[in-house]
Amino acid sequence: MLLDGGMTAAQPRTDLRVALFATCFNDTMWPETPKAVVRLLERLGVRVEFPMDQTCCGQMMTNTGYAGDAVPLVRHFVDVFEKYDAVVAPSGSCVGSVRDQHPMIAHLAGDPGLASEVEEVRPKVYELSEFLVDVLGVTDVGAWFPHRVTYHPTCHSLRMLRVGDRPLQLLRAVEGIDLVELPGAEECCGFGGTFAVKNADVSVAMGTDKAEHVAETGAEVLVAGDNSCLAHIGGILGRQRSGIRTMHLAEILASTKENPA
Amino acid sequence: MSIGPVQETSPTFVGMPAFPEAAREALANTQQRQNLHNATHTIRAKRAAVVAEVDDWEALRVAGADAKDEALHHLGDYLEQVEESLTANGAIVHWARDAAEANRIVIDIARAKEVDEVVKVKSMATQEIELNEALEEAGISAWETDLAELIVQLFGDRPSHILVPAIHRNRTEIRDVFLREMARFGRPAPDDLTDDPARLAEAARLHLREKFLRAKVAVSGANFAIADTGTLVVVESEGNGRMCLTLPETLISVVGIEKVLPTWDDLGPMLQLLPRSSTGERMNPYTTMWSGVHDGDGPQEVHVILLDNGRSHVLADSVGRQALRCIRCSACLNVCPVYERTGGHAYGSVYPGPIGAVLNPQLRGTSSEVDASLPYASSLCGACFDACPVRINIPELLVELRGTVAEQGGHRAESAAMKAAAWVLSDPRRLAVAQKGATTAGKLIGKRTITKVPGLGAWTDARNLPTPPKETFRQWWAREHEEGGQR
Ligand code: SF4
Repeated sequence: MLLDGGMTAAQPRTDLRVALFATCFNDTMWPETPKAVVRLLERLGVRVEFPMDQTCCGQMMTNTGYAGDAVPLVRHFVDVFEKYDAVVAPSGSCVGSVRDQHPMIAHLAGDPGLASEVEEVRPKVYELSEFLVDVLGVTDVGAWFPHRVTYHPTCHSLRMLRVGDRPLQLLRAVEGIDLVELPGAEECCGFGGTFAVKNADVSVAMGTDKAEHVAETGAEVLVAGDNSCLAHIGGILGRQRSGIRTMHLAEILASTKENPA
Repeated sequence: MSIGPVQETSPTFVGMPAFPEAAREALANTQQRQNLHNATHTIRAKRAAVVAEVDDWEALRVAGADAKDEALHHLGDYLEQVEESLTANGAIVHWARDAAEANRIVIDIARAKEVDEVVKVKSMATQEIELNEALEEAGISAWETDLAELIVQLFGDRPSHILVPAIHRNRTEIRDVFLREMARFGRPAPDDLTDDPARLAEAARLHLREKFLRAKVAVSGANFAIADTGTLVVVESEGNGRMCLTLPETLISVVGIEKVLPTWDDLGPMLQLLPRSSTGERMNPYTTMWSGVHDGDGPQEVHVILLDNGRSHVLADSVGRQALRCIRCSACLNVCPVYERTGGHAYGSVYPGPIGAVLNPQLRGTSSEVDASLPYASSLCGACFDACPVRINIPELLVELRGTVAEQGGHRAESAAMKAAAWVLSDPRRLAVAQKGATTAGKLIGKRTITKVPGLGAWTDARNLPTPPKETFRQWWAREHEEGGQR
C-alpha cells in the first residue's frame, strides 16, 4: 500500500516472534540505539523481546585472527536466538558477521551440529533497514526529524549485506528531513575494528577525508547504521569541533513530533 | 605434485618495516598522495564505466573464476599438458622451483647466446624473482621497455603499482629524470623536452627503438599459458611488448605455474575481464599470442620457464588457493582506500595493495615483520572483492591469514585480551559485571569529552572517544520489564 510516497505496513506483524539483538557494543556504549529500535518497532505494532542471555557475535575475535575464541560465542548466539522467527540488530557489521562468518567459524570448530544450527538461524537475522523494508514491508515509519541529514552507507551494510538503498528509502520518508547526498559515500570511513588501532594513521587519514566530505554537505547530522563507524567519524568531527552530530538510523526513525530525538 | 617451500624474502625487501610504520612515512608525502589520489580516482571511474556497459558482468566473473579454478584444481595435469603442447610446438620448457633456479636458467641461456643485454616486456614474475638484479650481477643489462617500467628503472626506484609502476611519479618528475638519466643508458632525451605526455612518449620511443633493433634476446612473462594449444599470451598497451616478442632471435618467458588456462576457449572471458578491470578499456591495444616456433617468423628459439616460487605451497591451502586465480589486473589496488593513501612501497613487495597483503604472506610466509603486518593492512571494507574480476574474496583471505599470524605467537597481550573478552562475552552474567566498569566510568565522566586516555593514544591522538553511558541497555531493559524479557 502506497502512502505519501512510502509504503506503510499493511498489517502489524503480531504473528512474528521477534528478538532484538542489541549487539554488545550498543548494549554497553550506545544504549540509546537499541532503545530507539524498541520504540520504533512497538510503534509499528511489533512486539519485540530482548533475550537477556544474549552477548556478542564474535566479530572482534574473528577479525583479529582469533576465530577459535569466537566458537563459544557462535554456539551461544544460536542457543539464544534459535527459538525466534526473526532477529533484528541495529548493526550492519554484526549482522554481516553472523551471516558471513558464523558458518566459517562452525566449520573451523569441526562441529556439523553447530554448522546446521547456524544455517537455521542466520537467514532469520536482519539488519534494521532490511527488517523494516523486507519483513514489515514499510518505508514510511511515521518519523519526524526536521534537520539537514547526510547518510554514510557503512561497508558491511553496503558490500556484505547489500542493503542497497533501503536506509535511504526509510530516511526519504521521514517528515521534515532535509536529506543531502554525501560525496564519496561508498568509500570506507577507515574504522575497520582492529584496523583503527593497528593502523591508526591510515585509519585517521581515511576518517579525516570522510569527515571533510560530511562537512561539505552542510549537514547538522551524520547518520549511519553502525555506531562503531559513527564513533570513529564522530571522534574526528568532535576533535575538529565541527558541531556536526552523529546519530544511528534507528534514532532518527524513532523520532516523532511527540517524542523528538 | 610435491609441495614446494615458501619463497625466500629477497634482499631488497629484507628488514622492511612493518606496514604501519612504512605507511606513516608514505602518508606524510603529500606530493605522492596527490598523484595517487588523482591516478586511482581517474582509473576507478573509467573501470566503473566499462564494467557497467557489460550486460552480465557477474556471469563473466564467474566464468573467469571457474576457468582458473578448473586449472588450479588439476594443476599437475594441466602443467604436463602445457609442457607437452609447448614442446610439440618447438618451444623448450624449463622448470624452476624458486627465484634462484629461474634466474640461473635465464642467465645460462643469455650466456650461451653470448649477449650482454636483453630487452624486457613488463612482467610481474620477473620482478618477483628480481631477474634484473641477477642479470646485472652476471654482467648482463636488462632494458625495461614498458614506459612506466623504464621510468622506474631510470629513477633507480621500485615499482609501486602492478599496472602503473610509476604511479607515484608525476609528469615533471618524469621529464627531469629523462633529461638526467637517459644519456647514461643510450640515446639521450632531447634538450628541449617538456612535460607534455606526447613529447615524453616520443623521447622514450626513440630511446627504446635502438634497443629493440639491436637486441638478440628478449625476456617476457605471460598473462596466460593455454594448455590445449601450447600458446602463451601477453596483453599490453604500448606495443613495446610486441616488439620484444617478435624482433629478437631468442625469447625467454618466465611464467608462474598459476598462469595456466585449460583451453583456448577460456581465453574469451579473460580477454574481456582483464582490460576492463585493468586499464578501464574495452579492449587493450596489443594482444600477442605465440605457440612455439614458426619458420622464418618471429623468434627462432623459444624458452618457457615454469616458475613455482611458493605457489604450490599456496595451492595446498584450500581457502587460500583462490588467490592464485589473480590475473594481476590491479583493480583491487585502484579501489582500495588504504592503497590510495599509502601507495605501493609500504607493502614491501612487488605485489602491493589488497592482493599484495594476501599474496606476500602466502608466498613468503609470515615470519618477517612486514609480512606479518600485511594481513592487518586493511579495514576489510570489501571494495577489492567487489572489483576483482575473478572473484577473489580478499577480506576472507586476510582474516584467515590474521589467524595464521595470531597462531605463530608473539602477540601475547592481544591473545590474552581476546581470550579474556571471549570468556566475558560467552556468559551474559560476566558481561553484565564487565559493563559495570563502563557505566561507572560513564557516571564519573558525565558530559565531559574524552580526548586523552593513557594507553589509547592510537585512538585518541586524532579522535575523541565516545563517553560511556550511565546505564547499559540491558540495565534499562531490566528496569522497564519484568524478568525474562517480557513486557
Ligand atoms: S586480486 Fe583480483 S582485482 Fe586484484 S589484481 Fe588480482 S585479479 Fe585483479
